[in-house]
Parts: sequence; C-alpha cells; structure tokens
Amino acid sequence: MKASVNFMISSTQLLARKRQSIIAMLGVLFGIAMFIFMMSFMKGVNNYIQDTMLSAIPDIHIYNDIRTDYTTSVTGSWLHNDPQKMVIVHHPKPEKVRLNLKNADAILADLKTRPEIKVISPLLSTQVFFNYGSVQINGILDGVDILEESKIFGLHERMITGTPENLLTADKGVLLGQGLADKLNVAKGDLVTLATPEGTSMRFRVVGTFAFGLSTVDNIKAYVSLASVQQLLAKNHDYITDIRIKLHNIDAAKELAALFAKRYGYKSEDWESTNPSIKAGNMIRDSLTWVVCLTMLTVAGFGIYNIMNMVIASKMKDIAILKAQGFDGSDIRAIFLSQSLVIGVLGASLGLLLGFLLSYALSRVPFPKTEFTFMKYFPVVFDTRYYFAGAVFGILTTFLAGVLPARKAARVDPVTILRG
Amino acid sequence: MENTILKAERLNKSFTGPDPFQVLKDISLSVDKGEFITIVGKSGCGKSTLLYLLSTLDTDYQGTITINGSRLTGLKERDLARFRNEHIGFVFQFHFLLPEFTVLQNIMIPALKLGALPKDAIEHNAMQILRQMGIQDTALKPSGKLSGGQQQRVAIARALINNPGIIMADEPTGNLDSANTQIIFNIFQELSAHGNTIIAVTHDRDFAGRSDRIIEMKDGTINTTAEPAAPPAPCLEPEPLRAFPSSSLFP
Ligand SMILES: Nc1ncnc2c1ncn2[C@@H]1O[C@H](COP(=O)(O)OP(=O)(O)O)[C@@H](O)[C@H]1O
Ligand SMILES: [Mg+2]
Repeated sequence: MKASVNFMISSTQLLARKRQSIIAMLGVLFGIAMFIFMMSFMKGVNNYIQDTMLSAIPDIHIYNDIRTDYTTSVTGSWLHNDPQKMVIVHHPKPEKVRLNLKNADAILADLKTRPEIKVISPLLSTQVFFNYGSVQINGILDGVDILEESKIFGLHERMITGTPENLLTADKGVLLGQGLADKLNVAKGDLVTLATPEGTSMRFRVVGTFAFGLSTVDNIKAYVSLASVQQLLAKNHDYITDIRIKLHNIDAAKELAALFAKRYGYKSEDWESTNPSIKAGNMIRDSLTWVVCLTMLTVAGFGIYNIMNMVIASKMKDIAILKAQGFDGSDIRAIFLSQSLVIGVLGASLGLLLGFLLSYALSRVPFPKTEFTFMKYFPVVFDTRYYFAGAVFGILTTFLAGVLPARKAARVDPVTILRG
Repeated sequence: MENTILKAERLNKSFTGPDPFQVLKDISLSVDKGEFITIVGKSGCGKSTLLYLLSTLDTDYQGTITINGSRLTGLKERDLARFRNEHIGFVFQFHFLLPEFTVLQNIMIPALKLGALPKDAIEHNAMQILRQMGIQDTALKPSGKLSGGQQQRVAIARALINNPGIIMADEPTGNLDSANTQIIFNIFQELSAHGNTIIAVTHDRDFAGRSDRIIEMKDGTINTTAEPAAPPAPCLEPEPLRAFPSSSLFP
C-alpha cells in the first residue's frame, strides 16, 4: 500500500514531464544499444580473425623438439671414465638428431581413444627446394593424410583449383600454395621437381592450388601424401614428425596439450601459447569496446543526474507538501529514485531491442568479396550474455545517477520551503 | 487532563546565524479536544514558526510538545512523519496542491499513504468530503485548473481525509478574496461545530471572532488569552471528529 502510493506519485510525475523523461531515457537507450551493437560486432570480428588465424594452425601440435641429452659425452669414455677427472665440454654437438616421433603408431592409436578430439592429422614435414629454371625456391613440403588434413584446415574452401582428393587419385600429385604456384609459374597439370637438402629429388604433378589468405603459408607450402615424403626421405611408413589435433572445444587445448606432453614425452603446444597475438588482439578489441560503451553509459548517467537534479529543484514545494502530509525522507527518496529506475529500465529494455535490431541488420549486410576472405556477411555474434550485461549496466548507471539527487530530495527541510 | 489533546511546554526557538534572534520565548499552550483556537498577532511575531513546531514539521526547538498523549519532542523523523500522517491535517496559506494530480488524487494521497482503508473506500470518502465542500464537479480536474478559493477547499478536504485529531491552518484565507474567505470561514466553523480540534493562524479579526479562544502573540510570546468578544453562532450539535457527516453549507 505504502510502496504503491509512492510509485503512483512517482509515475504520475514522470508522465507529467514526458519530454524530459524521454530525453533522459534516450541517453540510456543509445548507450545500451551501442553497447550491444559494438559487443556483438567486435565479438564477430574477434571470431573471424581468430578463425582465419586458427585455420592455419592446429588446436594442439605434438612434435619432437630438438632437445639433446648432454649429460654423457664421448669424451668421458675416451678418458676411461676416471672419477678423478672432471670433463668440461664447451659447445657440445649432438652425435645424431632424430626429428621424428619414435612411437608414432602407439601415440596415434592412443589419441584415437580420446573423445575430446575431433580430428588427428599426422604429418611428415621437410624443407624442400622447388626447381624453377636455374634457381631453387625454398619451401616446405608437408606429407599428410589429405582427408584428415582437409578436415582440420578446411582445405575444401581454400582450394583455388582442383580438390584435395586429387592427391589420393593422382600418382605423385602435389597441391601447391597459390603464391608458390605463381612464383614457379605453374598451374594445375604441370610438373614440378622437388629436391631435399639431402640431395634426393622427385617429380610431382600439380593437382591443385590453395590459398589460406596468409602469405606465410601460401608462398611456401606444398602438400603431398605422407607416403611420398617418406619415400623422398627414404624413411619407414611410420616415420612422422608431427601430429596435429583439432578439438571439439578449443578452450580445452591448453589443458590437453599439457597432458599430452607428459604422457608422450614430446613437445605439445596449444594454439593459445603459440599464437599469443590472437588473444592479445581479442583483448585489445574487447577493451576498446568496453571503454567506448562505458563512456557512453557514463554520459547517459550524467544526463539522468542533471535531469533529476533539475526535476528535484523544481519539485521542492511538492516535496515539502508530501512531508507535511506524513511522507518521510525514505518515501521521498523512493519516489525520485524510482523515477530514475523507470527511466533506466525502459531505456535499457528499448536499448537492448535497438541493439539487437542494429546487430541483426549488420549481420545481413554483404561483406565486400575478395579472393582471400571467406565471409558472406559482416561478422556478428548474438550472445545473450551481452544482453544480460547491457541490462545490468543500464540499470546500474541510472541507479547511481539517481541516488544522489534522490538523497538530496529526501533531506529537503519542509519548513524552509513552506515559509517561501 | 483527560480532555487535553495538545500540550506545549516552555517552547523556545532561536534562529542562529549571522544575526541570531529568538523567535519563540517560553511559550506554553494547552488545547482541549474539540476546541477551535485562533492565533493572531503582527506579522513576524512568530505565529507560523509556532505552528510549524506544533505540527512537528520543525524539530529544532527547546521545550516539549505532547499530542494525544504522545510526547513528540525528540522522536525520529520517520515516526513524526507517521504521526503527522495520522493525526494532523495541515492547511497552508498558499493552498499547495500537487499540480500533476487531479483534485481527487490530491485528497486521496495522505489516506493512501496511511493505508488504513482500501482504495475504493478512500475514494468514496474523498468524494463525500468534496460534495460537502460543494466542489464535487472538480474531482477529476487537474488541481492546477481550479480557482484559488476552490484550491483552498481542496486543501482543506485533503487535511480532513485521514480524520485527524487536530487541523492546523496557517492563514488559510490570506490569499483569497472576501467571498472565498467567507466560504473558508464557514467551513472551519462547520468543522468546529462537528467537534474537530482546530488551530488556525489568522490576520482576520472577524475569523478570530468566530473561534472558541484567541491566542494573541507579540514578539515571540503569548500576550493574552481571551475569549472571543462574541460567542460563535450556534451550529449543529457537535459530533466527535467526523467532518461533515451529512448536510452541506454550500448548495
Ligand atoms: N530561517 C529563518 N532565519 C532567520 N529568521 C527567520 C527565519 N524564518 C523566519 N524568521 C524570522 O522569524 C520571525 C517569525 O517569523 P514567522 O513565524 O513566519 O512570523 P509570522 O508567521 O508571525 O508572520 C520573523 O521575524 C522572521 O523574519
Ligand atoms: Mg506567517
């Protein structure tokens, strides 16, 4: 009963000055709408950039880091392991470096039992030279199971000519990065000669070209079948250097990578550690969004603060009358604070709606097409958490903006006012 | 005394500041239930100040005030507000209605605040008081659209809605023409006749003449307490505390 009469007074006063109330509300409305819009768009941009960068890197990468055991040395046996002698070797060099994963088959079998893993792609990678007339162009040759590789890196969408499956059907086929193919001046159907640093060489037929949109990949990389590289390097069929893994949930990468490192005894890296710039970029864009939105909300808050102060200054007499009739300070505070809150709740709700409409509209705007972008529309993410945060911020801002004027109103001395 | 509704003892009030000055000097006062008292005196002698003290709006004073057996001096703001709401009806010189509300809403607000009756009962009572004041047609008008005399009647109706123990008025006709002044005088007289306790500050000797007792103030003290020269015109039989149960003075 008591609360309802306060609210009755509050809402009647609010409606009596519609224009002022609407202006105060518009501040909150635009603040929240921009918050939603920018958050949704920025998150879309973050995801797009992350996807693009992640498209060229696996979630987890297991490989043999060159890490040589220097605790024993041939010098020791040369000196007959005399315990009286201490051996100090400067700049030791290893006897023999092995780059492959020794128990690759067992590791692959074990990984296949893990439910968190979506795709496993083994790799044998080597440096090669592409013969181009009299010069040789440096590149990387990846021997892969092209079906798995395609699943991890979405090769299908990145093919400029040919398809990944051509590798399976063609004898000694190769897929070239588009930039590399341009440099070598070859196209689908042409032959290229690849040479290893060890001196072996082999001829391959170009069965397709691809582009990731990253020159570091497109200008140096070529795909052939795993067996081809093993043959080129004269290795066994279980000789591989890397295992790349795609997970169902990329946020689990860090934890799993650590687990695999311990379990298999090889270097195991997650995408986050190898690409800190992705996270940093996300963070910078996120902070920017927050700063802009909080600034807008602060401005809206000051608008409400000003308007409420003006309202209260013009309502001194009414406050005195209400007090004379038995309303106490807390009632007066409730009356004016609820006016701010109504402005806040309405402004925030409409702001959420406008924010959604703007985000939706942007998500329907076609993205300018280029060779290297794979986006049809502007990237926008719809996430209920932003809407929840927007509502909380809008209401919190108006509450804070309303508290001080309402407290001032509560403290008005009715006698001073009634005396005139 | 059983019959005393208001008792003020040794009230002192000073304004501090650059020019300190004592407005009320040792004022003691006792009002019986059903009494109609007018306070007169020159402008600036402290009449309004005294009324603000008695109505509990002003708490910055020395002395004690007791109404209806409750000692009000020293109570918290919250309790005083509650007490005013229930027991004191206040009429100001400049009618002071809330401009955004209709006449009816203005009258109902103190009762809605009290919350003793359901809304439709309050509305019914408010309409009845309006009828007795002869301004029932204005019920749904915005209060700002009324003439001064009508507004003052609405203010009186509002003061009556919670059936208060005491009605206090600070120069209720100070701002009105003589026709409206007469109407207001009559209303007060009628209220008194029905057993309401009234304390009214006035400049008007004629009005004071109709009260049971005149308190004359001079420079912050009560000068004389005199019976009015002429006894008030006999009215209807007094009834306890219900304003205008039936007939109306204003056809
Ligand atoms: N806030 C104040 N500060 C100082 N003096 C005041 C204040 N309010 C009123 N006064 C003085 O107190 C005296 C009594 O005022 P008031 O009670 O309004 O007189 P009345 O109602 O009898 O005309 C006046 O002289 C007035 O100037
Ligand atoms: Mg006065």
